[in-house]
Amino acid sequence: MKSSLYGPAALAALTALALFPLSAAAQKSTAEGIAEYRAMLADGNPAELYEAKGELIWKQARGPKNASLEKCDLGKGPGVVKGTFVELPRFFADTRRVQDLESRLLTCMEQLQGFNAADIAKTSFGTGEQKTIESLVAYISGESRGMSFNLPQAHAQEKLMYEVGKKVFYLRGGPYDFSCASCHGEDNKRVRLQDLPNLTKEPGASTGFGAWPAYRVSSGDLWSMQRRLNDCYRQQRFPFPGYASDATIALGVYMGVNSKGGASTAPALKR
Amino acid sequence: MNKTQKKVALLAVGTALTVLLAGCAMAPTSQAVDEATAQVLKGSFREQGIARLDRLKLDASNQACSEAAGKPLDEKLAKAIEEANLKTVKFPLDGKFIGNWREGEKIAQNGRGLTWSDKPGEANGGSCYNCHQISKAELSFGSIGPSLYNYGKLRGVSDPAAAASKPIVEYTWGKLWNAKAYNACSGMPRFGHAAILGEQQIRDVMALLLDPQSPVNK
Repeated sequence: MKSSLYGPAALAALTALALFPLSAAAQKSTAEGIAEYRAMLADGNPAELYEAKGELIWKQARGPKNASLEKCDLGKGPGVVKGTFVELPRFFADTRRVQDLESRLLTCMEQLQGFNAADIAKTSFGTGEQKTIESLVAYISGESRGMSFNLPQAHAQEKLMYEVGKKVFYLRGGPYDFSCASCHGEDNKRVRLQDLPNLTKEPGASTGFGAWPAYRVSSGDLWSMQRRLNDCYRQQRFPFPGYASDATIALGVYMGVNSKGGASTAPALKR
Repeated sequence: MNKTQKKVALLAVGTALTVLLAGCAMAPTSQAVDEATAQVLKGSFREQGIARLDRLKLDASNQACSEAAGKPLDEKLAKAIEEANLKTVKFPLDGKFIGNWREGEKIAQNGRGLTWSDKPGEANGGSCYNCHQISKAELSFGSIGPSLYNYGKLRGVSDPAAAASKPIVEYTWGKLWNAKAYNACSGMPRFGHAAILGEQQIRDVMALLLDPQSPVNK
């Protein structure tokens, strides 16, 4: 009986076992490779530096009125930060508008601190007060890390913005006839080597939407959702979407509502 | 039905109506959505560099495919859109369909052109690898479009100049010129129709796909 251990069948089985990890590694998909790369970097996600800076800025007296943002209402009452990110964009009674995190921060910076929101919206990404906002969104999103998206849809304006967002998502235009759906409307697609989340439903929606803001290794900077959408539109060959414009907010509502139940990983790490 | 029963029945209808009306008030009508969308688009975009606002004006094909929101079009409408697009296809006047596959490979690799950060007058790329597998050597390719590896070989093209190759050669040219001529809501840009690529560039991409010496058919 003992000799049967070394019989050809057993030997083949042993060889197969020994080879299994190797062949599995060889078959590792691009997605797994990228996930591994992210995991290696995740320990030291530079987004943490933006989070820490954002928390300081939130509490710091700034602007013409020399006030902090601690009374800013992000949807859960003045000063509440935790849990707000996974419920934005939402309707705000004071502005009578549906707002995403960034347009809401502009409102708070104008009302509480006396900044000019329109001027900040016109500032280039990564400079001036736009840099401030990038730190703020890192801090605020980080306070909801791991929580599930659950955007309110009770208000008529929120429902309307979801439907507008869907229209904008599927709008094909420009010389290439692209829409957001051209890249993000189906499962398991990729552009070049980059996997594309399907933003029309879960789990793709939260994988994509729920990862921004994110630190982008390729650009060495933290990108907000507004900056991400802006670059999507550039690559779609569309005209320039205004910072915190209603089209971008409507897209946020569409993607955010589609993310329901999915966890936020923001501020995440991107290649 | 006695009085009490009538009252209960009426109350039930009343409650159902209230729920229904509340539902109506909550869900925006398609007209309200269309109007709000038009307003939102108008107020959200501005011109930047070569990206002008007219890029938001949709032709009939883009209008119908946008409204379909990813769902298949009505067959008749799809056919009408395909016929209208087929009429725009311009075949080369000199009858020369095939250029240089080495140039075609460069065009396939090049994803630049027509964004607001691109300069006017620069030659555009074809962005082909963004969506298609093309040559075996290139591993960084997309999957939004089908694989084009062995495109000519699989279609039996051993000599693109031969009469037998004519239908495939003309179809490929037409597809590159205006992909919506064959598939109303194709995700592929209309390279000739939208003047993304010039005639000579399309000839070179044709060679990449159909020349038996091209890496595509090796």
